[in-house]
Amino acid sequence: MNVAPRLADLAGDAASPTLLTLDRVSISYPTRDGTLTAVEDVSLALSTGERLVLLGPSGCGKSTLLRAVGGFLKPSTGEIRINGEPIGAPSPDRMTVFQEFDQLLPWRTVLGNVRYALERGRSLSRREAEAVARGWLKRVGLKNFVDAFPHTLSGGMKQRVAIARAFALEPALLLMDEPFAALDALTRRQMQDELLKLCEETGSTALFVTHGIDEAIRVGTRILALTPHPGRLAATFDVPPGSRTRGTTAFAELEQKIQQAVFADPELDHG
Amino acid sequence: MADITAPKLSDAPALRRVFEQTLWRRLVILAAFALAWELYARWLDNALLLPTLGATLSALWSAILSGELPNRTLTSLRVLVTGYALGVGIAAVFTALATLSRWGNEALGLLTSMFNPLPAIALLPIALLWFGVGTPSLVFVIVHSVLWPVALACHAGFRAIAPTLLMAGRNLGLSGGRFVAEILVPAAFPQILSGLRIGWAFAWRTLIAAELVFGVSARSGGIGWFIYTNRAQLETASVFAGLLTVILIGLLVESVVFRSLTRITVQRWGQERT
Repeated sequence: MNVAPRLADLAGDAASPTLLTLDRVSISYPTRDGTLTAVEDVSLALSTGERLVLLGPSGCGKSTLLRAVGGFLKPSTGEIRINGEPIGAPSPDRMTVFQEFDQLLPWRTVLGNVRYALERGRSLSRREAEAVARGWLKRVGLKNFVDAFPHTLSGGMKQRVAIARAFALEPALLLMDEPFAALDALTRRQMQDELLKLCEETGSTALFVTHGIDEAIRVGTRILALTPHPGRLAATFDVPPGSRTRGTTAFAELEQKIQQAVFADPELDHG
Repeated sequence: MADITAPKLSDAPALRRVFEQTLWRRLVILAAFALAWELYARWLDNALLLPTLGATLSALWSAILSGELPNRTLTSLRVLVTGYALGVGIAAVFTALATLSRWGNEALGLLTSMFNPLPAIALLPIALLWFGVGTPSLVFVIVHSVLWPVALACHAGFRAIAPTLLMAGRNLGLSGGRFVAEILVPAAFPQILSGLRIGWAFAWRTLIAAELVFGVSARSGGIGWFIYTNRAQLETASVFAGLLTVILIGLLVESVVFRSLTRITVQRWGQERT
């Protein structure tokens, strides 16, 4: 079967080179009650500079898909390619920011966490790594907390460290697995705004997983909606830059459109 | 992006901090216990059964001055450290094998569940058969007493590490020895430390018990031997002095070595509450 035309259709921006392609990816794993298909037949393409959001309710396999792109688990069928090469083991080239706060090394300070990642992930010398780490921690507003241990930080601040660590490694692809889901609503909005700013400043390519429609519109350039059990692609939405500002009519209209298309059942709203 | 600032803390009054320390309460309890001992022993008035605290302390003092007790203690500690180091080393190798392969995992699980409940002292007859009377037999039973609890704790520690932390480590491209040394060991350190602590307590107990059973040659005996010979000579105050030494050394290692280690590691890292 020739899938190339379909992939070309899915690519958002034809001018930029394609960075990541998923070709008919299915992921299933054995459970006690039989085989569970988390993701079924998902194909997509992601161009450099794009921020693609996988949007869907709990159980739609969006996080599973992100882990597969990260290299943490293998697809049962189908293929994931980055720059045309099949992906292998996890690598600092695809940095993941997880939802859980315990992704930081508790025995290293804030600075130590970022510096260690740079020493190992980018093979920088200790001194270079420290300089880069300080720069990034300043950018995420943690200048005053470089010597703090992670357990003394709030959830939002821990996520800032994880974000600084991910950006500092300058990965080809940033993977965000609902990084703000465990934060309070106010902090979440602030973090979304700051993440958007960082992404725009660095021109990063990102794959972002969320169950919040407003978050998807805020941070993404393109949104892929998934349906649950098993996870399948349902619809694609482009986010024009004008729709990205909260409180505007364009934002509200897009939110409404996605709401109706994806979450027809009001029970599923916002997961 | 706006910098986040740290909250300000105010200092508690100095005097209140002193009284809130656990050390203070412990000293009071200790003094009460010492007083009760002294009074009861005087009332009993039988130095053969229960010498007074004063008599015990003076026996302790003269045993220290004569150099006998320090020598005995040094002998015990030398054997202990040898056995402890050997036991921890073997435990590390076993745990590494168990982490790296599924067969190793099963083997360690089976061996620990078989040997952990077996008291080290029960192996003494075998040790005497294999190694004869002397230090090698003592080291053998100490290794047995340390190896299983430490291996069990390390292994459990490795398995309890949060999956996100493991993924964060793998995301940096870490693997093999570096992954074990820089991610697994520090992440499992709370359990490893408690394993080392339990191992120490087991080793110390086992050593004293083994020395008591042994009888060894008088020249190379440790504290256990000191206690045993003094009992045989009905020097009860010296027996108590020996016991006091055993307690003091146990306390010292626990409160100085392990407590400092806990403070500069897992408490500082927030893996264990202060």
